[in-house]
Amino acid sequence: MFTLDWSFLSKKVVGNQTYFGWLMTAWETTLTISFFAFIIAFTLGFLMGVLRTTQNKYLVLIGNIWTEIFRNIPVLVQVFLWYFVIPKIFPIFSKLPAFALAVIALGLFTSSRISEQVRAGIQSIPTDQRYASLALGLTTYQSYRFVLLPVAFRLVLPPLTSEAMNIIKNSSVAFAVSIAELTMYAIQVQEETARGIEVYLVVTALYFISAFIVNLLSILIEKSIQIPHFIGGRK
Amino acid sequence: MSLDFSFLTLKVINNIILTGLIFSFKLTLIAMVLGIILGTLLAMMRLSKFKLLSSFALGYVTIVRSIPLVMVILWVFLLIPLFIGRSLGTEYSAIITFTLFEAAFYAEIMRAGIQSVKRDQANAGYALGMNYFQCMRYIVLPQAFRNMLPVLLTQTIVLFQDTSLVYAIGAFDLLKGFSIISKNFNRPVEAYILATIVYFIICFSLSYLVKRIQNRVRIVR
Repeated sequence: MFTLDWSFLSKKVVGNQTYFGWLMTAWETTLTISFFAFIIAFTLGFLMGVLRTTQNKYLVLIGNIWTEIFRNIPVLVQVFLWYFVIPKIFPIFSKLPAFALAVIALGLFTSSRISEQVRAGIQSIPTDQRYASLALGLTTYQSYRFVLLPVAFRLVLPPLTSEAMNIIKNSSVAFAVSIAELTMYAIQVQEETARGIEVYLVVTALYFISAFIVNLLSILIEKSIQIPHFIGGRK
Repeated sequence: MSLDFSFLTLKVINNIILTGLIFSFKLTLIAMVLGIILGTLLAMMRLSKFKLLSSFALGYVTIVRSIPLVMVILWVFLLIPLFIGRSLGTEYSAIITFTLFEAAFYAEIMRAGIQSVKRDQANAGYALGMNYFQCMRYIVLPQAFRNMLPVLLTQTIVLFQDTSLVYAIGAFDLLKGFSIISKNFNRPVEAYILATIVYFIICFSLSYLVKRIQNRVRIVR
């Protein structure tokens, strides 16, 4: 019923850059935002998740407050908060480009979700393991480092995969602060070329491919580190 | 820097913030009710022994879940005028989008819910002479629904947070209200601080409520 016309992809936007070239840059931006945001989310999420399982009530409180704050504010509002508010209150952030602010916002938002997964992962390890390691004379730090975390890390890998895919999807909110990633491309090029269906199709396809790549990577990682005779470890 | 909230008059609260808040709630409620109904149907299709139905449901859920919500919002907004020849406006477009999108998420929850009901229960229903629909309606779904109530509600909080994404098509929701204030009074810092606080209070209270309900459901069972 519709005839698709892809010729816009080879048209020039400015200078020598074509819409196709712009599309590839936009895809790269989406992947870069997601990659850096995931590193922030993973580091802070893991730390906060671990804090919430310790026996120290202040550490637990810090982890809980962190998680509640970043989980209960919509990601788009957090992006606006980092873009409009934080640089005005803390001038040190005004030197950062919009790109970095969006990465921080997305990273902190996702860290609260990862913290939940990590907490649940550690709590699902039988408490015997914690007690056994303490009985063997390990300090709290050592029991986490050598007993709990190596198991917890493998346990939370599958949910982390879906968080990694979520981060790619959620990176689309960066369009709201005019970062030239895929969704921004979709909105902008749809207006410029009036080839909405084609533009959206190609952008959606790139989101699919990105999710597929993450999925493939995680299958490889999971296979290489799975624990024999444990949940997820079949051999 | 000093903050100045003097723009926050009763008129502004009434005309801008409340208007947006009501639409956000309306969108959440409609998408929740229709989404759960549609999601339950999808879950039943997914677990059906008819290959065609189950692959359709699987395909729908997989595709919807792998596209960013903002793109789905844009897609629906683009496609509606092409199919029916006129625009339905941003608000109806948002309602349709969220119903279709959330149905995929509720479907996964309801599938887990249906699978959490012991097979004996369904078999007992069949033994009593019930057909598939009676069995679902009177035995399986009520239990599935109750088992999954906390998860369904948690998903609804996520849904409420996600309604802020209608920003992409410019529908007048709570966040849009604050962005209007930010522009009209040239006070982005104050406007977005307020937005953050309001969203946080709503979502935090809702999650507290869900926790309470979760404990209640647990005691009753």
